[in-house]
Order: sequence, then C-alpha cells, then structure tokens
Amino acid sequence: MSGYQGKKNIPRITSDRLLIKGGKIVNDDQSFHADIYMEDGVIKQIGENLIVPGGVKIIEAHGRMVMPGGIDVHTRFQMPDRGMTAADDFYQGTRAALAGGTTMIIDHVVPEPGSSLVAAFNQWREWADSKSCCDYSLHVDITEWHQGIQEEMDALVKDHGVNSFLVYLAYKDVFQLNDSQMYEVFGVIRDMGAIAQVHAENGDIIAEEQRRILELGITGPEGHVLSRPEEVEAEAVNRSITVANQTNCPLYVTKVMSKSAADVIAQARKKGTVVYGEPISASLGTDGTHYWSKNWAKAAAYVTSPPLSPDPTTPDYLSSLLSCGDLQVTGSGHCTFNTSQRAVGKDNFTLIPEGTNGTEERLSVIWDKCVVSGKMDENQFVAVTSTNAAKVFNLYPRKGRIAVGSDADLLLWDPDITKIITAKSHNSAAEYNIFEGIEVRGAPLVVISQGKIVLEEGNLHTTEGSGRYISRKPFPDYVYKRIKARSRLAELQGVPRGLYDGPVCEVTVTPKVMTPITSNKTSPAKQAPQPVRNLHQSGFSLSGAQVDDNVPRRTSQRIVAPPGGRANITSLG
Amino acid sequence: MAERKWNREKEDDLPVYLARPGTADQVPRQKYGGMFCSVEGAYESKTIDFDALSVGQRGPRSPRSPHDGGREAREGGVEIKRAPGKELLQNLDEDESDRLLIKGGRVVNDDQSFYADIYMEDGLIKQIGDNLIVPGGVKTIEANGKMVIPGGIDIHTHFQMPYRGTTTVDDFFLGSKAALAGGTTMIVDHVIPDPGSSLVEAFDRWRDWADEKACCDYTLHVDITHWSDSVKQEVETLIKEKGVNSFQVYMAYKDLYQMTNSELYEIFTFLGERGAIVQVHAENGEIIAEEQARMLEMGITGPEGHVLSRPEELEAEAVFRAVTIASQTNCPLYVTKVMSKSAADIISQARKKGNVVFGEPITASLGTDGTHYWSKNWAKAASFVTSPPLSPDPTTPDYLNTLLSSGDLNVTGSAHCTFSVAQKAIGKDDFTQIPEGVNGVEERMSLIWDKAVVTGKMDENMFVAVTSTNAAKILNLYPRKGRIAVGSDSDLVIWDTDGVRTITAKTHNSAAEYNIFEGMELRGAPLVVICQGKIVLEEGNLHATSGSGRFIPCSPYPDFAYKRVKARKQLAVLRAVPRGMYDGPVSDFLPMSRGGGSSARTSPTKQTPIRNLHHSGFSLAGSPTQRGPPTDEAPIRPAGRRIVVPPGGRSNITSLS
Repeated sequence: MSGYQGKKNIPRITSDRLLIKGGKIVNDDQSFHADIYMEDGVIKQIGENLIVPGGVKIIEAHGRMVMPGGIDVHTRFQMPDRGMTAADDFYQGTRAALAGGTTMIIDHVVPEPGSSLVAAFNQWREWADSKSCCDYSLHVDITEWHQGIQEEMDALVKDHGVNSFLVYLAYKDVFQLNDSQMYEVFGVIRDMGAIAQVHAENGDIIAEEQRRILELGITGPEGHVLSRPEEVEAEAVNRSITVANQTNCPLYVTKVMSKSAADVIAQARKKGTVVYGEPISASLGTDGTHYWSKNWAKAAAYVTSPPLSPDPTTPDYLSSLLSCGDLQVTGSGHCTFNTSQRAVGKDNFTLIPEGTNGTEERLSVIWDKCVVSGKMDENQFVAVTSTNAAKVFNLYPRKGRIAVGSDADLLLWDPDITKIITAKSHNSAAEYNIFEGIEVRGAPLVVISQGKIVLEEGNLHTTEGSGRYISRKPFPDYVYKRIKARSRLAELQGVPRGLYDGPVCEVTVTPKVMTPITSNKTSPAKQAPQPVRNLHQSGFSLSGAQVDDNVPRRTSQRIVAPPGGRANITSLG
Repeated sequence: MAERKWNREKEDDLPVYLARPGTADQVPRQKYGGMFCSVEGAYESKTIDFDALSVGQRGPRSPRSPHDGGREAREGGVEIKRAPGKELLQNLDEDESDRLLIKGGRVVNDDQSFYADIYMEDGLIKQIGDNLIVPGGVKTIEANGKMVIPGGIDIHTHFQMPYRGTTTVDDFFLGSKAALAGGTTMIVDHVIPDPGSSLVEAFDRWRDWADEKACCDYTLHVDITHWSDSVKQEVETLIKEKGVNSFQVYMAYKDLYQMTNSELYEIFTFLGERGAIVQVHAENGEIIAEEQARMLEMGITGPEGHVLSRPEELEAEAVFRAVTIASQTNCPLYVTKVMSKSAADIISQARKKGNVVFGEPITASLGTDGTHYWSKNWAKAASFVTSPPLSPDPTTPDYLNTLLSSGDLNVTGSAHCTFSVAQKAIGKDDFTQIPEGVNGVEERMSLIWDKAVVTGKMDENMFVAVTSTNAAKILNLYPRKGRIAVGSDSDLVIWDTDGVRTITAKTHNSAAEYNIFEGMELRGAPLVVICQGKIVLEEGNLHATSGSGRFIPCSPYPDFAYKRVKARKQLAVLRAVPRGMYDGPVSDFLPMSRGGGSSARTSPTKQTPIRNLHHSGFSLAGSPTQRGPPTDEAPIRPAGRRIVVPPGGRSNITSLS
C-alpha cells in the first residue's frame, strides 16, 4: 500500500511530505480522481501528474476513496463526574477517534456550577494539550447563569476561540437553566455570533418521574429510560426552538436520540428556523431495548441522556432523516465509564454516570446504516461526518474538505472491510461496547492526521500531546448569514398614537408583576440563598443592554421611538 | 330474497334512497332521548314519525309528511305563536308558565335532527314526540319547523372578575343576561383566588356573587394560582363537596400565577387521580416577561406591544409542554383559549397521537384577528387586549373554524372579560398594565353559526356539539345539559338560521364601550330562548331575572375524558427487571446532588417532609393493575411482574442472586 521513494526510512524528511496517488477524492459536493500532495500538515497540491519533491512518502490508493477526516463534534473525554473521571482520557479517546477515522474532536468543557468558565476552559486545554493525539477544539457548557458568566463568555469568544456554548435543560438543580435564563443566554450568544447548543430534556418532569419510578421499586437501568420518555426530549427541543426563534439565535440540538425529537427539528426547519440536529453514534447504531438486559453491567453501559429509545426502529428513522438533510451533523457523545464507576448507581439508576462510547465506531456505523443501505451517497457521508460540522463551527474549509490549503487530515476509506465491533478489540478503556457484536461494513484503511500517517495496516501510530487546539471564530457564515438577514428584517415598531386623555381607573398598587427585573422567583433552580439570588437577578437586566449593542435595526428603531420616549409618542399626536 | 324484495319495496316507497344512495343505510335512533328516555308512559299512544326522523337526510327544507302538512305551510314564516290552550297564558309568573310546549320544531341534537314536539314542565323536558298528550293551559310555541337546539354552554367566562381593586364591567347579571341574549343558557365562570389565599373561600365568594345575580344556570372552574399542601386539601374539598371538577393552572403571568414544570407535574398527577379536568392557560410566561422588557425598552408602549411580546410560538410551545406533562401523568388536558394556528396544530397533532386533550377556541379567536392592535385609536386597540393575544394573521379565524369543524378542537367559550376604557387606560403608558379580556359571550353562537355553518364547514348537529354538547360532556353534565332529551333541563333555543344582525356596541348587552366584533354582520340568531323552562327571550325582548340562576355541581370522572384515561392507567404499568445483585467493584465518588431523588431543592414551593407524603400518592398510578383481576384488558405480564418484584422490593432483587 505505502512505500518510500528513494532512500528508505528517513522519517525526518519523509514524514511531513506525503503523496496519495490514484485516489478518488470525495468531498461533500463531488468526487473526482486526483493525487494529493501534502507538506507540513497542509494539502499543497491536488491534481494529476503533480510535481513533487523527491523523498516523498507515497501512498497508492488504487482508486479507493480519500475523504476528509471525520470531525466528532461531541466528545466528553476525561470528564470529571463526582470525583470520578471518564474512563477514556484525551489520549485514549483521541486514539480511539483516530482508529475510527476521526481526525478532529470537539470536546465539552463542563465547569462546575459556581466556578469560572475560563478557568475550566484552561483546565481542559491543559489536559488536552498534554494528551490529545489529534486536533481538537472545545465547546463550553453554561452550567449556571449570572453576569460574570456573560463576561467570561465574551472573553472565551474573543480571546480563546470558542464559538459554541451548551446549555442544559435537564439535570435539575445542577446544570439546568430555566426558560428566562435560556432566553438571556441565547440573546447573549446571538450577539456574540456563537452557536447555542442545547441538551434538550425537560429536567423538571424527569426529576418527578425519577422519584415516582424509584418509589415503584424500579432501581435498575431500565428506570433511566422509563423516567426519561422521548416526549420529554421532544418537549424540550420544541421549547428551545421556540426560544431560539424568539431571540433569533442559531440553535444546535446535541444528542438527538428519539424519533419525536428529530421530527420536531425537521418541522422547525421546514418553518425556516435555523436549527441543527446532532444524532450520535449510539442513536444511529443501537436502541434502548438493552436497558432491560438481565446483566446489570451491560444495561448500565447504555445509560446516557437523553436515553436510547426503546423503539427499535429509531436508528433507522434517524439515519433516514440524516440522509435527507433534516439532521446535519453527527457526533458520538463519547463518554465512557468503567463498570465499577457505573456501579455507583447499582441501587439507584439516577446515580449511574451517563455516557456511551461511539467515537471509534461513528464513521463505520454511519457508513453501514446509511451508505450501504443506499440512503445516502459517499458525498453526503462526508457532509454529515465532517463538512457540515466544520461549516457550523466555522472550521471550513480548513477542516472538512480536501482542497489546497486545507489541513492534511484525510482518510482512505475501504467500503468493503467488514468487521465485528467488540469490546475486546476496541481502543476505548471501557469494558463494554454498546455496539458489541454488530457487524459493520466500511472502515478506514489509512488515516492521516496533521499530515502524518497515524493508521496503516491496522497499526496505530499516535503521539500523545501532538493534537493542536483549533480556535474557532464567531459568526460562521453557514449559520449567521441567515441570522443577520433576519435581524435586519425583524424590526418592531410602535404605533404613533395621540395621547390617551380619557378617564383612567384608579388601581390599587398590587402590581400585576410582569416585569422580570423585579422578580425574585425567576430562578428557582438556582442555589437557594437569597442574597446570592439577588446578585443573579441584577444580571438579568443586561438582557436588554446587550440587545442595544450592534444590531443595525435598533438604531433605526431609536429614531422613531426612542426608549423611554413616551414623550415623543405623545408629541406625535 | 325476502330482504331484497323488502328493499325494493322500500325503494319504491322512498325514492329519496334512489336519489341519495349513500344515506340509505342510516338507521334512525329508536328512542330520542339518551339515558333519560325511559320515562313511564312517555311514548304511549304516540306515533313514531319516521318521516320526521329521516328529515335530516332529505335536506333542511324538505317537506313534512302529508299528515302534518299544516306546519309545512307555515314553514319559513316568521316564528312563534302564543298558543292558547283553554286559557291564554300571558303572565309568566303563574304556575302554568312552567308548562311549555314547543310544537313543530326540528329538534337538533349533536347526533341527529328530527321533527318533534317538546313538552316541558318544572324546568325539565317531560315528553318528546308527535301528538303529545299534554295538560290543558299550556303555553305553546309554534316553531314552524325552525330548529330547536340545546341552549349554549359558554365554558369560559370571567364575569365580575376583580382586578387590582376594580371589577370587570359585566357582573354576573349583565354577563349572564348578555349570554341569554345570544342563546347561551349556561355559563361556566372562573374562580380566581389571589395567590396565597384560600381556594374554598374564593369559591364561596364567587358563588355568593353569582347566586345573587346570575340569571342563567352556571357552574365554576377554580383556578389554581399557587400550589401547596393546603391547596391540595382544598382542591380535594372542592371536588368532593363543592361540585367542582375542573381546575385551571397558568403557565403565564410570571411571578403571579405561573406554575413551574414540577408544580404542573404534581398538579396534573393530583387532579388526574381525582378525576378532575386540568385546564391550562398556555403561554410561556418566562419568555413573555423577557420580551415585554425588551419591547418597553424599545419604546413600544402601546397595545401592539402586547401582541409583539406574546408571539404565537410561545403559545404553541406552552401547549406542547402541557401536552407532554399531561401525557406523562396520564391526565386529561383542556387547553383554554386557543388563539393561534400553531397552538391549534399542536393540539390536533397530539390528538392524532392519542392524547386526551381538548382545545377551546373562543369567540374572539374564531371571529376576529389581531390586526386591530395596530389601530391608531388607543382605546380600540386596547379593547382587543387579551392573553394569549389574537393572532395578527388574518387567516387564523378561518383556520380555527376549520379545526373546530373537523373535531380537532372540541368546545367553544367566550372568555368574556370586559373592562371599560377607563379601566383599560390603566395601561395607557405601559401595555403590560392593560387589563386583559375581550367580550364574546353574546356573540358566540351567532358567530360560530355564521363562520362555520353558513360557510358549510359544519352542519347543525356539529354546531350543537361544539356550542353545548361537548362542553356538557367534559363537565360531566351530560345529558342534563347539552341535549334535548326527556329528562334533560329545559334550556332550549329556537334558532333562526336566517336572522341577520350587525354587531355593535350600541346595541349589545354588555356594559363595555367597545365590541371587538363591531360592524360584523352575522347570520343566525336565537329567536326564542328558554332557560329553566321559562321564556327569557322572545321577539327581541329579554326577560331575565337576576338571581334565578342555579349553581350546577359537576361530578368528577367525566366519562368523556376519563374512560380512556382509566383504561390507559391499567396498561401503563412500569416494571423493573429482576436481576442478580451487582457485586463487582464500585468506584468511590463524591455525593453530589445530581439525581433528582436526593435533591432537597427540587420544588422551591414545598417543604421536603410534605413532599414525601405527597409522593406516596404517586405509587397509586400502578395500583389499579396490581389490584385489578388479571382477566382485565391489562396485559398479564404486569401482574406476574409484581409478584416477582414488589414495589420497594430492592431487597428482593438481591435475594434472587
């Protein structure tokens, strides 16, 4: 397959220069036959009969497909959870990713509520820089909401290259934000030009259901899925879409696990909402019937939120929606725990740490479910595994495309390899693989990351710490072009009227409180002490302040009816 | 063979069948009257007039059978004849005035129409049929083939509602009078207790007001404006002793009435177990509060800010959420005031999925739209302010009428809650302060007739269903109300399908200065309204008596909603998997409040010990199956399951290993 031109074994020279000959280049828009020459981790030339320096390592592709390396938009490597850490750290996680053909991951920073976002971000960067073996970037999760958070978000966008923030509608009393907070966060995110991600599940209902189910004596992993029915996911998706629409903020729904949630997204897209849905390897590849497994450890291995749907037709449905473009991006939600870690919840399913594997299996699962079955073609496969993700998160065309100037993250795809997924041979540290025993067709033959061959002939050559942090700019065109046009159109106007000078009824002062500023009940989910809460509240008025910032419509608005300009309105009469 | 012959004969007899073959198999009901029909002797020596029964199939204007051709001649003629018996009965106050005979009317119920006479006594319908034998001295109304329908039930009014020290201008007298004028003979008002105050006290206060003033029968919904243990007990009392079976919760009015999702869940569970109907005011109050602040900041202070800050999506979102919670808790849901297309769509989708949910469009949303919020006349614009707001999309009324006709929406109310201009002007500088509510109790029946029946969207039977029958079924008042049957209350309306009137504030019976339907020309109007067996409207004159209205108690578990819910409860049993005990290694972890079970902060309104008491109630959801005989429709597995893993039986699980 691969060999050396000229003198053998001079890795210092050759490793950075790579030529793929005779491959069929597959981008999201077209496929064509051409050679690719890479140098210094960047694609330098594409075409036939390239003139390349000597001493170049050559890979003979023999007409096989060469694709942009996969981008896994959702991983949680090395995630701390109540003093434990996810079994796969950044080294093992990225290694597994590379083994599966994924050359870039985007991990989630999960700051403890009450701690600093930037500090958490730096912590994650430290972990990843020292261990990651492929390029990575970071989403930051908003686990609470007050004014300080907004400033930190600003710093993250401007100085740290973060353009996506996740809010939780679940995990009541831990991470959950209420609707007002979500509205404000989305408003802030929109003004910053970032993407709002949402973990969509109704945490309030879940909390009630969990209690009910525990009372019924159901303590095993099946309680997890029983307490989180798919309606609850669909409801939260619907709610977050509503809020996103109101705030004119682009929305990205992480972990689409059920048919009904996917339907809600598809409907919203038909109505024109800017919303993206991310099914994960688990929801595309398996279903939730395993929660009823008699083997506790196996059942617990499937615990993730939102849960896998017990409806066995769900994976098929989701892959159809992925193929027709109603869902756009795929992640893995890779967050693995050992059985002993899972066993923390052996007597209470609500304590089981959540997450499934999937970063290694993602590409093969999608190829097998979608391309082999004829739902999508190879180009769309590239779109959903890398290109769309790169576009949404403003990495395109550096990532997600084979083009001159793009990063040399490539893979040589063999559509005919058949392998059986099993925990025995996978690269993750977890004892269980949720795809255990599934036979998939299609696998990477050669994986090139940063211009280096990391996988060939089944051997992984990864270097701990070689991964670079890829910073992302705000206002991705793919997302924000529409948003910008809309915010120009969505101009609201008051009606200029004469002053009402008729009789006015006397009212008692009991206010019909509707102004949010005065409220002290707004964030019941927040940590309780009253003084703290008031501090939070002061942040709320900012929602207005940020509204004024830089959007053109408001300036024109100002002229017609300046804020506080009741006097003006009356003078028009 | 014989049958074929019979058929042929029949065809010969009834050429109608040849003309309309599709309708030939329709079998008329043998008895007119539902479950009340078996009154002794009611049908003795009476001819069942099958021609009359089949009248609906021959079109509304079909000629009567020959033997009562007299009526036929008069049909289309004006209306009532004060019939003399032996004596003339002009004075309503005498005993005989309780006896009333409607002759020659076309009785329209929600399932069929037929020609029959109706005899009423003591406020009840005693006989229905042809050639009734009635006592002498009965006042007779010659209906001349006009439609006789059950009086309307307005399932949503706010008469005499206190609002920050003032009261809506229509009190129970003016309001119920307006209702009667429009053909509505029963209203259902909302009791709105102040947050923190007693539900039962508020209920009693409303009853005092209504008993004193209402001139038609009424019953009451109670709004749950706060949620605590004492409220729970009061709700229990209201259901068991006071005859209330429907409670409304608010998802809007942040910091005032609004409930959190957890509270909604608890309330739905609680009411679902007690056979009550949960009504929701569905709007996302949190987002509204944010939007209102934004509007005010932008300098939009007029009524247009009201609709701009409450876009229809927020209504749809809340409806969706309410449907989700109701489906989780297996509780029937009733969405009040469906004002927008998208909210109606969510309801019809949910119904398609099998959820038990009812939608109530109101007169305003069926008749007009929200473009008036931009009126230059502040007072006019403010008079349209209601929540959820009227949709600015002018095609909304038509759409809602269509869904109402197709059965996706079931009942209609008016949400009549009128304020004078001076009261509305409380919010002249800030739209959030404008008191909310529109008129509509008087216009409701005519409006639906005009928008839905005249346009051919629904027929007269469906009209009866959406204006009265369905409401009666939901309130568990059927067939006492909402049906013309022997034994039912004699709340009837003789409906004039051709009467045209123009709605205007000058002539309406409400005290409000503005009518949101101003200038609208509506076809269809009540000609005669009979309430409690007395004629209250004839020839345009209203004879309403303040205080004559009775409170009608509603019992829980209405079949219309709960039959399905009960069946589902038996099916929806959750089962644990019997497993061996996990005995592998367990990681150390910090106890962080992550799961719902351990958290003490879950419901800010409640104290923890009370909560635990409450939750023991939750386990009831499973109990029907547990108790129920396995021969029920419920699958056998849950029963078997129970034996293996009794609730709370974790110790059992371990012993299996």
